[in-house]
Amino acid sequence: MTVGIVVFPGSNCDRDVRWALEGCLQLSTRFLWHEERDLGGIDAVVLPGGFSYGDYLRCGAIARFAPVLEAVRDFAHGGGPVLGICNGFQVLTEMGLLPGALTRNQKLHFLCEPAPLEVRPGACHWLKSYGEGEAINLPIAHGEGRYQCDADQLQQLEAEGRVVLRYGQNPNGSVGDVAGLTNQAGNVLGLMPHPERACDPALGGTDGLRLLASALA
Amino acid sequence: MVQPGHIRGPWTLGLPRFNKPLAAQVPLFSAHVQVSLRSSVLDPAGEATRAAAARLGIDGIKSLRIGKSIHLELEAPDHATAQAQLELLSDRLLANPVIEDWSLDLAETLGGQQA
Repeated sequence: MTVGIVVFPGSNCDRDVRWALEGCLQLSTRFLWHEERDLGGIDAVVLPGGFSYGDYLRCGAIARFAPVLEAVRDFAHGGGPVLGICNGFQVLTEMGLLPGALTRNQKLHFLCEPAPLEVRPGACHWLKSYGEGEAINLPIAHGEGRYQCDADQLQQLEAEGRVVLRYGQNPNGSVGDVAGLTNQAGNVLGLMPHPERACDPALGGTDGLRLLASALA
Repeated sequence: MVQPGHIRGPWTLGLPRFNKPLAAQVPLFSAHVQVSLRSSVLDPAGEATRAAAARLGIDGIKSLRIGKSIHLELEAPDHATAQAQLELLSDRLLANPVIEDWSLDLAETLGGQQA
């Protein structure tokens, strides 16, 4: 049982995710270089935060064409658990695995702070150990986290219970206070906050532990 | 791989300097793709720039939106193919239609030949 952590040129939270999974949760991990196509032996995939391919053009726009993501797309369509954190969430929207897009924060600032969140797990694999409406705290660290989709799309997402994480105090202007979204099947989760930075009491909180533990649960 | 002295076609017969290989000429197209944020999407960077313009003493700017301008040259067998390839490129890579609109200007450049 192994969690694959995708590494793009410019990823910078890949090692944090590995530390959280291995050091805090005793799970085994394998780095998946962006040119790899073989997901043999991988039971869950994490797309970590950072700046894939320098985020040239748009966040995640170039990463979307990485060879490893062809394999990840098949993996996700086959029901495999896929988690996109921050830049990983941006990549998931560019790939079309999740709807909408992430745009420049309303007030332009790069935000690096704790964010109070409300969890509505619904059918999301990654959030099944959280209670309905549970309040948690996870750090955010992004310049382009303003979730954007049209009103009809948002209404549909709400109706389908796919807005699984919502900001308590909207920091970036996201429509519908969206902090995290799941796909229809519930196996793919994209979120702007960083659960891997909330896995050790020394870092100020452990609200992210149960989320990452769901990788192989 | 073409060996030296290998005859590739009738145009290579005779003295090479009189026989420019015509088959190598592929039409070259010049294109300009303009990407802009859809009007429904907030452009905070544009707003900040507008505020800076006021500090420069230019108060009359009523709206300012920032987009991307992409110039490229493309070899393609004909205009229709170039148009189709550039539309695909604009829609799938240069712009994200969820938040952006794009427009395309396409022209054949000198040196190209209509196939």
